[in-house]
Amino acid sequence: MAIRSKAVVLRQNNVSTDQIWPGKYVNISDPGEMAAHVLEGADKTLRDRFKTVGRILVTGSSFGCGSSREQAVISLLQAGVKAVVASSVGRIWYRNAINLALPVLICPGAVDKIAEGDEIAVDLEAGTVTLAGGQVLKGQPVGEFVFNIIKSGGIKQLMRQKHAGEEAK
Amino acid sequence: MAMHALHKIMAAKSGQTAVAPGDIVTCAVDVAGINDIYLMVVHAFRAMGGKRVMRPERVAIFMDHNAPSPSVQGAENQKAFREFAARYGIGHVFEINEGICHQLLPEAGLVKPGDIVVITDSHTTTHGAFGAFGTGVGSTDMAVILLEGSLWLRAPEIVNVKLAGKLRPGVMAKDAALFILGKLGTDFANYKAIEFSGAIVRALPAEERMVLCNMAVEMGAKTTYIAPDDTTIAYLRQYSDKPFAIPATDADFVYEKIYEFDLSGLEPQVALPASVDNVKPVKEALGTPIDQVFIGSCTGGKFTDIEAAAKYLRGKKVARGTRLVVTMASKATLGKAIAAGHYQTLLAAGAAITVPGCAACYGGHSGLLGAGERCATTSNRNFPGRMGDESSALYLVSPLTAAATAVAGKLTHPDYE
Repeated sequence: MAIRSKAVVLRQNNVSTDQIWPGKYVNISDPGEMAAHVLEGADKTLRDRFKTVGRILVTGSSFGCGSSREQAVISLLQAGVKAVVASSVGRIWYRNAINLALPVLICPGAVDKIAEGDEIAVDLEAGTVTLAGGQVLKGQPVGEFVFNIIKSGGIKQLMRQKHAGEEAK
Repeated sequence: MAMHALHKIMAAKSGQTAVAPGDIVTCAVDVAGINDIYLMVVHAFRAMGGKRVMRPERVAIFMDHNAPSPSVQGAENQKAFREFAARYGIGHVFEINEGICHQLLPEAGLVKPGDIVVITDSHTTTHGAFGAFGTGVGSTDMAVILLEGSLWLRAPEIVNVKLAGKLRPGVMAKDAALFILGKLGTDFANYKAIEFSGAIVRALPAEERMVLCNMAVEMGAKTTYIAPDDTTIAYLRQYSDKPFAIPATDADFVYEKIYEFDLSGLEPQVALPASVDNVKPVKEALGTPIDQVFIGSCTGGKFTDIEAAAKYLRGKKVARGTRLVVTMASKATLGKAIAAGHYQTLLAAGAAITVPGCAACYGGHSGLLGAGERCATTSNRNFPGRMGDESSALYLVSPLTAAATAVAGKLTHPDYE
């Protein structure tokens, strides 16, 4: 399951959920409103670059550190992001991404080898990112348990299937 | 195989005999907490086809971030939560007058050693100070807990941060936490659990231990642990006489890594903008002009924090041109501060004292910053724009440093006066 697109590169470390989704917007819970403010605290041009340049965000270490706000994942999905490649990511943000089926490849140093607009391919199961020139960078493959959630389209779908037919109490 | 107390908690809650780092297990959740800004929990619950809440008596909703609501949207979200709570028989609804979830759990007798505490707030690592497994999750994970009463968790590797020696007077747990961040960075414990141990930890009162466990999430930690002792038990017993067993780490358990620091000579620390690991001794940033001082949050708005600030502020005034905002962690903290005379001291010094809650710490309301303003704060994060305009700057400090800075109008600590 390779995801192909051009890279949008955010060459920063420690991009927190406060920057992905600033505190002044935390009361917004309608996904339709979320693309408009994505990554506003880090770089306001990103939301347009996801439309004009490409759909894979490539960034540094500790991406998504900080608060548990799930808008920090939903806003990326709403902005059209198909995958994220980061040197490392915050734990809660990562769990949220898994649950919402945003593929995230942890690949230390990839950000230094990929330029804005490069055509890349991310293979989550293999844990690799293939660069424009064919070079393959090895990241961390996700385990079967996690891959299954992403492959199913997120944990909501799994839960809906599992609990279908239950009666209200 | 030798197990850590946290692994024993996970084993007990997942019906396993043994749990090792890397194992993925599904654990029953003792306390499931939802904060008022995450109505997406309810949306996700509905999207999953949720028709009933599993063990609603274990669920708590906290009206803590928007307390009281500063916006119509916030009020609508809280209204929807109250309706959800009534419809599904949710066990605990903490209203807008109560305070912050992490302070309320012990005060309401809802956390004890051996529990698994999951809240939609990243600072849920705080509850390791009580010998519980506390971790923060997003809205979708919380909706799963509402449906199933349990959650999948990966058993973490465990690192031991040993703090040897004795803190100098005027140096607080916050200084120790900032020092660790400065030395080890924001992701040394990513996906891992941090146990805090050593003579300094043993000597700290319970609310100071909470600061270490609270700030551990800034070190990347999934959860934390401080082995419960008489200090822990006495703190919890103020609020609850529920029985509990204390899980013990096996003597031959091997930590993934041990970090040891002797903090006997530690000086007051500050995290400069705009990263929690951009840490220097306060003396290297002395004199930085400060527009606002914020004493509050689950990190720095507890009674021990208020007391440290008030004792310094007695008979003093906040500097002209600087403002002091105080937001206590809970209604009980506020009550104790009034009884001890600290509230009156803060008021006389010139503080604006708000309703207990999260407020300015997360950039919500009650003390946000304008463009270019500088704020010294006892809270936990100084990311760009965290407390207001993107060009405002946050300096993370201890409550004592915050109080001295308010009086001087510039960054300082009583040691340097």
